[in-house]
Amino acid sequence: MKPAPLDHVRATGLDHAIETLVAAGEDAKILAGGQSLVPLLAMRLAQPTTLVDLGGLRELDYIRDDGDTLEIGAMTRSRTVETSPVVAGAVPLLPAALRYVGHVTIRNRGTIGGSAAHADPAAEVPSVLRALDAELIASGPRGPRTIAARDFFDSFLLTTLEPDEILTAIRIPRQPSGSVVAVEEFARRHGDFALVAVLGAAHIDSSGRIAEVRISIAGAAPTPVRADAAERLLVGRTPTPELVRAAAAAASDATDPGSDIHAPADYRRTLATVLTRRCLTRLVADTERTEAA
Amino acid sequence: MSTPTRTGRNVSMTVNGEAVDRHVDPRRTLSDFLRKDCGATGVHVGCEHGVCGACTVLLDGRTARSCCTLAVQAEGSEITTVEGLADGGELHPLQEAFWKHHGLQCGFCTPGILLTVTELLAGNPDPTDDEIREGISGNICRCTGYQFIVDAVRDAAEILRGTGTGTGTGTGTDPTR
Ligand SMILES: Cc1cc2nc3c(=O)[nH]c(=O)nc-3n(C[C@H](O)[C@H](O)[C@H](O)COP(=O)(O)OP(=O)(O)OC[C@H]3O[C@@H](n4cnc5c(N)ncnc54)[C@H](O)[C@@H]3O)c2cc1C
Ligand code: FES
Ligand code: FES
Repeated sequence: MKPAPLDHVRATGLDHAIETLVAAGEDAKILAGGQSLVPLLAMRLAQPTTLVDLGGLRELDYIRDDGDTLEIGAMTRSRTVETSPVVAGAVPLLPAALRYVGHVTIRNRGTIGGSAAHADPAAEVPSVLRALDAELIASGPRGPRTIAARDFFDSFLLTTLEPDEILTAIRIPRQPSGSVVAVEEFARRHGDFALVAVLGAAHIDSSGRIAEVRISIAGAAPTPVRADAAERLLVGRTPTPELVRAAAAAASDATDPGSDIHAPADYRRTLATVLTRRCLTRLVADTERTEAA
Repeated sequence: MSTPTRTGRNVSMTVNGEAVDRHVDPRRTLSDFLRKDCGATGVHVGCEHGVCGACTVLLDGRTARSCCTLAVQAEGSEITTVEGLADGGELHPLQEAFWKHHGLQCGFCTPGILLTVTELLAGNPDPTDDEIREGISGNICRCTGYQFIVDAVRDAAEILRGTGTGTGTGTGTDPTR
């Protein structure tokens, strides 16, 4: 038996989950799909005394199109989100990114809320939330609150959620119609966490100018990085190879990678440049293709 | 509010069509539960942190890593392990194809791959070789070099679609592409 001894409470409702969390104190942990937490338990990197299992909370398993925004319950499985036509229509960047999250088997069990709350800087979902200015909705003993993605990711595996708060939903503004999206990722093997991934979305107007562009980078800092400066260079301009190169350099400047056994910092910085350039090049090319069609 | 107990709790689920009801330690993984409490030793345990795929089972018809799932999380679900694939003494066509194409050597990865492919073919009955490779990319095999696995899957897909006689030659080329 690899995990340390623990108690397990299957929450019967959101209020019950919050009550249990509060009662169990700081050493309790929320269990969603378990795809990150159970391996951490097995390695004893996490040794909670109590697991509050959200697995039975159907009320947190939904996809709702509210017109201007798409709301997804925290316990919705990643594979359900990835294959939903409603999600594909409203925020195409999300399914494009989810295809890089582990393998189908992992996405069958892992939840969208778990991916956000786990806050792995190399994970795709946090980067999507940053790129699209999503909001995260949390609930705790002091009631519900809404946190902007920009304020949610604090550091490596850390969010600004309080220990007694539960992430209940994410709310993503609908991407403008005609948006193109591209994900460029470098990983050693298919399905591994990215060394670096660049996620981009753009809307290019009929005159060929970039009306809107969003770029976010995973794996190149303790949190996902939004490449604001690069976006500012691009908006309102007609893309050229020089402009794309300048934006890629600006995006890389926004990163703050560390060195680890997988790659040194310089290597990740170079990846950020190259992958941003590829991502932007694809966005522009895809737009041309859409117009020609 | 239910009172947590560190000593254990009851779980019930269906394993290969049979209802099981056991008292388990909450930290018991589904893989240990299936192997040790249900005798389903076809559930192989390799890395125990989600990367090798050997422990893959079907949970309510979809693949799951049983090492990354606690037994208590599978409460009320329907589990299929490799033991549930054959029909009595008759191998499942997928197993038959692996046998015929030498899609296994030591067999350690095989149960996980068979269940992964079961899900793949249910969603995509006619996959290309690239799709087959992507489909099994979460399952590590240290023996075969994968080519014979791809051959077996391609052949099994044809048989399951009812369009072939399963006479694929296993040369690694797909005549339909
Ligand atoms: C082999 C393998 C490969 C993977 N590859 C990738 C990859 O390439 N990219 C990627 O992004 N991920 C990857 N993952 C991780 C996977 O996406 C996880 O499913 C996900 O990170 C966590 O989701 P979960 O529902 O399983 O959460 P859990 O593992 O249950 O929980 C993760 C953490 O989040 C907390 N938490 C969960 N839900 C909530 C909530 N509602 N409110 C507050 N806190 C909560 C938990 O307490 C825990 O600390 C991989 C996992 C494996 C095993
Ligand atoms: S033992 Fe479960 S994935 Fe390796
Ligand atoms: S047959 Fe030995 S690991 Fe695959």
